[in-house]
Amino acid sequence: MFLKKIALAGSLTAFASSAGYACEITDRVNIVGNEFAAIQAVAAAAKECTGASVESNLTSEHQTINVAGLSGNPSEYTSAIIANSSIVALMNEDVIRPLNDLVEKHGQNLQPGQLIKIGDDIMAIAFMANAQHLMYRKDVLEQAGVEVPTTYEELLEAAEAIRAQGIMQNPVGGAYAAGWNLAQEFNNMFLGYGGTHFKPGSAEPNVNTEAGVKALNMMKALSEYMNPDFLTHDSNATNAEYRAGNVAIMNMWGSRASQQTTTEGVLQEVIDGHAIAAPLTVGGGTTPASTLWWDGWTVGKNISDEEAEATFVAMTHGVRPEMLNDETTPLAVWLIEGYEPADDAQGVFDAAKMGTTPYPMLPYMGLMHSALGNELADFMQGKESAEQALADVEAAYRAAAIEQGFLQ
Amino acid sequence: MRHKTFLWFFLPTGLAMLLFIAMPIVSVVIQSIYAPHPAVLVEVENCTPLVGCTTETTIDQEATAALRAEQPLGRFVGLDIYFDRGHLAIQEVGEIWAASDTWGDLFSEVGNLPFYRAMAFTLTFTFIVTPLTIILGLVIALAVNSLHRHLKGLMIFFSLLPMIVTPLIGSLILFWMIDSRGVIGNALVNLAGDPDFSLKASTGLMWVALMVYGVWSSAPFAFVVFYAGLQTLPKDQIEAAQIDGATRWQQVKFVVVPHLMPLVTFVALIQLMDNFKVFEPIIGFSAGAHAQSLSTFIFNDLGGETRQLSSAAATSVITIIGVAILLSPVLVRTWRDFKGAR
Repeated sequence: MFLKKIALAGSLTAFASSAGYACEITDRVNIVGNEFAAIQAVAAAAKECTGASVESNLTSEHQTINVAGLSGNPSEYTSAIIANSSIVALMNEDVIRPLNDLVEKHGQNLQPGQLIKIGDDIMAIAFMANAQHLMYRKDVLEQAGVEVPTTYEELLEAAEAIRAQGIMQNPVGGAYAAGWNLAQEFNNMFLGYGGTHFKPGSAEPNVNTEAGVKALNMMKALSEYMNPDFLTHDSNATNAEYRAGNVAIMNMWGSRASQQTTTEGVLQEVIDGHAIAAPLTVGGGTTPASTLWWDGWTVGKNISDEEAEATFVAMTHGVRPEMLNDETTPLAVWLIEGYEPADDAQGVFDAAKMGTTPYPMLPYMGLMHSALGNELADFMQGKESAEQALADVEAAYRAAAIEQGFLQ
Repeated sequence: MRHKTFLWFFLPTGLAMLLFIAMPIVSVVIQSIYAPHPAVLVEVENCTPLVGCTTETTIDQEATAALRAEQPLGRFVGLDIYFDRGHLAIQEVGEIWAASDTWGDLFSEVGNLPFYRAMAFTLTFTFIVTPLTIILGLVIALAVNSLHRHLKGLMIFFSLLPMIVTPLIGSLILFWMIDSRGVIGNALVNLAGDPDFSLKASTGLMWVALMVYGVWSSAPFAFVVFYAGLQTLPKDQIEAAQIDGATRWQQVKFVVVPHLMPLVTFVALIQLMDNFKVFEPIIGFSAGAHAQSLSTFIFNDLGGETRQLSSAAATSVITIIGVAILLSPVLVRTWRDFKGAR
């Protein structure tokens, strides 16, 4: 107890004496972002700043409000917390500012790897990494007598073994809900087969290829082992199936790993059997069939320089090394100095180590993602061929890209 | 009313209508014939954590800003967006027309285009749900009206419940009930004797579920209107019919329904409009894989990471035109009645 007090007093002195740690701001800060636990922790830390108001609006609807919220002059929000997919919409609309000068002035504690550079401009400060990877029930795999799969082909064999032995009817989980989720699963598989979404150096679509067809066929094969309602299952519903003990193997977000078995009502056998591993490869490839993501924050363009500076200081405070503690450390794979990964982070680290492709940060990727989400459900239901579905995707994408001025 | 009196009486309403109805529609029409400027793309080196630096394409902001400043509305595209694949798909339909030999081919190929598929669902939904809503509403109204007066209040309350529940919540509740692990879904699995039976995996059953929801959620509206109408039913006519020995069915057919006819027209108008814009159940049921409507297209265009304002505007204009076409027979009829009544 005494030692603890001394340690506490020591750290407090350090806290007070070092100017880098104190957070004093002079103008308003207003943050918009997604609502998961890691982002809430960052926003809470930013709110420790004194001198002016720090507000936040964290919502799963952030994507539909951040462009509008940063567009006014002065804009409602001064910072948007984004990922490599959603920063593109903000850059397309030119509503976030380059941070080079602010990094030089206030960014001494940031690591070089946290700086997201587009050309010469630093456009965002990343604070966490994310990827989808394997989550599985080791007890079920043991019972079925199969090894932990490292490829999707092995996963299919494991699923067949589990079903054949009558352990589970639909052992595979997948966030295959028509729309964004289904498109993301396709992206994973497509990149795993070595596909590229666009012809090099252009906005021309390139998904109606051998890699695309193989990716769809693999997804179809996996869906045979899923709950028949899979086209309505987003990642929340897929997790619920896993927690209820209906699913033994799935590809799931790393940011959900630490809370996977801590929610109320999770079966004890699921808690005991839960394990995570690296993302799977497919078709003999070496790059995992997954995408690597980062989450970070930006500073709005349509605000005064004082507000921009206050925002930068508060957000830097939000991701300072001292914000990591027993409670916040397990919430994410932090890109913050001093972060020591817990077991839950292993999957994301493996994904990075194995050279997982980052989610494409292209101005027209959002349109491709929407087109995939809208057009692939027909194939998954067996209503049309893989080639037809992919041709539909390209046609839908092309119409949208012509409208948005990316294609002629 | 003298013309001048009428003008002053109507002026505030007219102004409000101009401001809140006409102007937004004009703005949507303008939006739909303009599209964003061509993007000026440049290759830059992107550096991201865990990955390092890669060469990527991004938008040249200065060049794009200059384009925007020159023509703030965007580039004029006329009806291009209405005719592109996401909407009327003129070119694609033409190609299919030229290439297909049989009507079956033609329909299945055209049905693969998002707009026509959404129309197929929307029109089926509208023309099945609207009459069923009216019939069910009338049946409930007649049933409640014939109850003992002590029971009436309670029954009216229960009959109104589906309308009190927020549409999205109502559809979500039903969505969980028909889940293969939900109450209704599980019962169906047992009835079908197939553990893999799933209502949500079948397009046909999903359509049925959506329409059942549609009738369930709008029947209270029809019921309330008809019930109010029943209170004005002339007693002597019914009594005369009874003395003449009319059965209950004959009384309904020859006295009650003709009396309620103007209300049926009213309910049909409102329901046609509402059902053509079907939206909540598709979202609530996560039925995107099986059914789309013009409203969900607008929602998808506006909700994506890259917002497609021009596409959403074009779909909105098409929706307005669709509603106008749907309502025209009823409106023409009302107009004739009005002229006849003068």
